[in-house]
Amino acid sequence: MSAAVTVDAVSKRFRLYQERNQSLKATLMRRGRSRYEEHWALRDVSLEIPSGTTFGFIGENGSGKSTLLKCIAKILRPDSGHISVEGKVSALLELGAGFHPELSGRENVYLNGSILGLGRKELDRKFDDIVAFAGLQRFIDSPVKNYSSGMYVRLGFSVAINVGPDVLLVDEVLAVGDEQFQRKCNEKFLQLKADGITIVIVTHDLASVRSLCDVVGWVDEGRLREVGAADEVVDAYLDHVHVGRADEGGLGSRWGSGEVVVERLEVLNVSGEPVTRARTGDPVTFRVHYAANQPVERPVFAMAVHTLQGVELTHPTTRQSGLVPERIDGNGVVDLVVDRLLLLPGTYDASAAVTDYAALHTYDHRHRAVRFDVDPGTPHETDGGLVSLGGTWRVAPLRSDQ
Amino acid sequence: MATLTELSNARELMVNLTLRELRGKYKRSLLGWTWSLFNPLVTMAIFTVVFLVFLRVRIPPGDPSGMNVFAFYLLCGLLPWNFLANGMNGGMTALINNATLIQKVYFPREILVAANVASWLVSLFIELAVFAVALLIAGNMVLPWLPAVVVLVAVQAVFVVGLALLLSVLNVYFRDVQHLMAILLQLWFYSTPIVYPLTVVPTTVELFGFDLPLRAIYELNPMVGFVEAYRDLLYDLRVPAVGEIAYLLAVSVAALGVGLVVFNRLEPKLAEEL
Ligand SMILES: Nc1ncnc2c1ncn2[C@@H]1O[C@H](COP(=O)(O)OP(=O)(O)OP(=O)(O)O)[C@@H](O)[C@H]1O
Ligand SMILES: [Mg+2]
Repeated sequence: MSAAVTVDAVSKRFRLYQERNQSLKATLMRRGRSRYEEHWALRDVSLEIPSGTTFGFIGENGSGKSTLLKCIAKILRPDSGHISVEGKVSALLELGAGFHPELSGRENVYLNGSILGLGRKELDRKFDDIVAFAGLQRFIDSPVKNYSSGMYVRLGFSVAINVGPDVLLVDEVLAVGDEQFQRKCNEKFLQLKADGITIVIVTHDLASVRSLCDVVGWVDEGRLREVGAADEVVDAYLDHVHVGRADEGGLGSRWGSGEVVVERLEVLNVSGEPVTRARTGDPVTFRVHYAANQPVERPVFAMAVHTLQGVELTHPTTRQSGLVPERIDGNGVVDLVVDRLLLLPGTYDASAAVTDYAALHTYDHRHRAVRFDVDPGTPHETDGGLVSLGGTWRVAPLRSDQ
Repeated sequence: MATLTELSNARELMVNLTLRELRGKYKRSLLGWTWSLFNPLVTMAIFTVVFLVFLRVRIPPGDPSGMNVFAFYLLCGLLPWNFLANGMNGGMTALINNATLIQKVYFPREILVAANVASWLVSLFIELAVFAVALLIAGNMVLPWLPAVVVLVAVQAVFVVGLALLLSVLNVYFRDVQHLMAILLQLWFYSTPIVYPLTVVPTTVELFGFDLPLRAIYELNPMVGFVEAYRDLLYDLRVPAVGEIAYLLAVSVAALGVGLVVFNRLEPKLAEEL
């Protein structure tokens, strides 16, 4: 298989101006030099994308994925290194770039099509397909400024995907369409893939990276950190991100009088190791490490789990379970043992607190003390919701032949 | 190397972008296209009153046509001038106004500037067509001269595109090119024989005991040649001086060359500098 895209030792530097003053006076005053810092958005990136593969780029915000894609699309010129692309490139960097708001959808299809390098005859031929795919037959003759942002994107996507590229570059553009349109896009991607078109995708949607991409490259601070089979690279990336997360330490606020302090809150897996990831259905233990600086009578320990948006999912306390020690002094741990974690996939925060028996006085409250992710497990419920009820389906058709 | 299809696609893109400019300009205006004629007419009326009635500028009658209408004399200079001024202003801001497009799609960026100038070229042709009809009615048989006018317009278009290319990229790096040009254009307007005849410029002036060949220096301004050539063809109905045309051609080609060189030099960094 030949390479559709060859990236050879590419570096790209941006200048970050302290105060961008684009006037002659300012330029003359600093005698042509301007004060800026250099920022290497890409450093010595080399890779080959074999033709016909679907290649994904993942990485943290600002790692240089879009910059790399723009270099491949010839929008940016690398400062060193070389990029060669076989065949016609179509880049979906921003859908509908170049639409003129006062012009009708029809006029814009022709305009945008020719910007993307399509001739009039080809456009005439494909026009109906383009409009049908966007599902905008009724609106095609009204000015695009009256379109909703979703409609705008649909038309832009439809034009870009119908120009018949050999290499398609896609950067995070499909998030705007509705459910039905996203499904349509995914089908279209699969079809393009089957047609042997090389697709290069940049996205943060790791699930679709796993399902769509053959090969994935992980970009980290401008360097290509890993290239390989989609699952391997995505897993490696996730591990890295989660290690980073554990280091973040206290995420939320903390208050209390301090006679007893919550030193930390941990999520333990079945072998008792602290983790920041678990699967739905796993046994886990939430462990509160406390330290009493003086003897404290009848303390109550509490724990809570929230979504990142702040929805509190559970808030168990030791008092409700009737487990209130008469007095504590020194260090110790309090465990909440969960046989089956019934949280559905997503990211959650856990908080811990120690209060007096009446819950009127707070010794220590650590809000969002630990953040953890839940991956799909069993029960396998990935169609929405936050928690599983742990139920089992039973289907009993009514017999009509009795 | 650009293949044939690429070239034809570039041409089509050029046409489409020009249409976009034209349609965008007059969409949602009641009079639409007629505005493009209205503007020079109003300017012409104002200038006629100011220069003919108040200042009593005297112009020589057309030779050999014998035409003696100040408004027509004025329009011969005003129409090419408007093309220059609009083309330069529009072309100069074409890159900045299309920043998102440049940052998101790759295509030859020169086309944005050229398409903007082309939209003003279309306006110029419409204005010239109406003007030619008016001249015919007034008794100037301009028809045989029109092919030469088209050639002249083509040469001027090369000149304007060259300047617009140069200014458009410079303007991305230094935004005050725009403000500077506003002033320079005024200066340029009055250094061109539009509202007065060339003959009022003295051949020589004495400066510190030297004879300064003022007229020759004045004629270095290519717009002098352009306006004179339009006037020769449309007003006087005579063949312009060959040397003059050669000079215009040379200056125009040079302007285009400089424009292209500077543009191509600065173009690779456009997307990040915008
Ligand atoms: N035109 C520019 N001028 C200066 N710096 C830039 C420019 N474009 C990008 N950068 C810088 O280059 C770095 C990489 O940016 P890039 O857009 O490639 O990141 P990314 O990986 O696509 O991030 P995200 O996931 O947020 O889309 C960032 O630090 C950004 O600030
Ligand atoms: Mg990006």
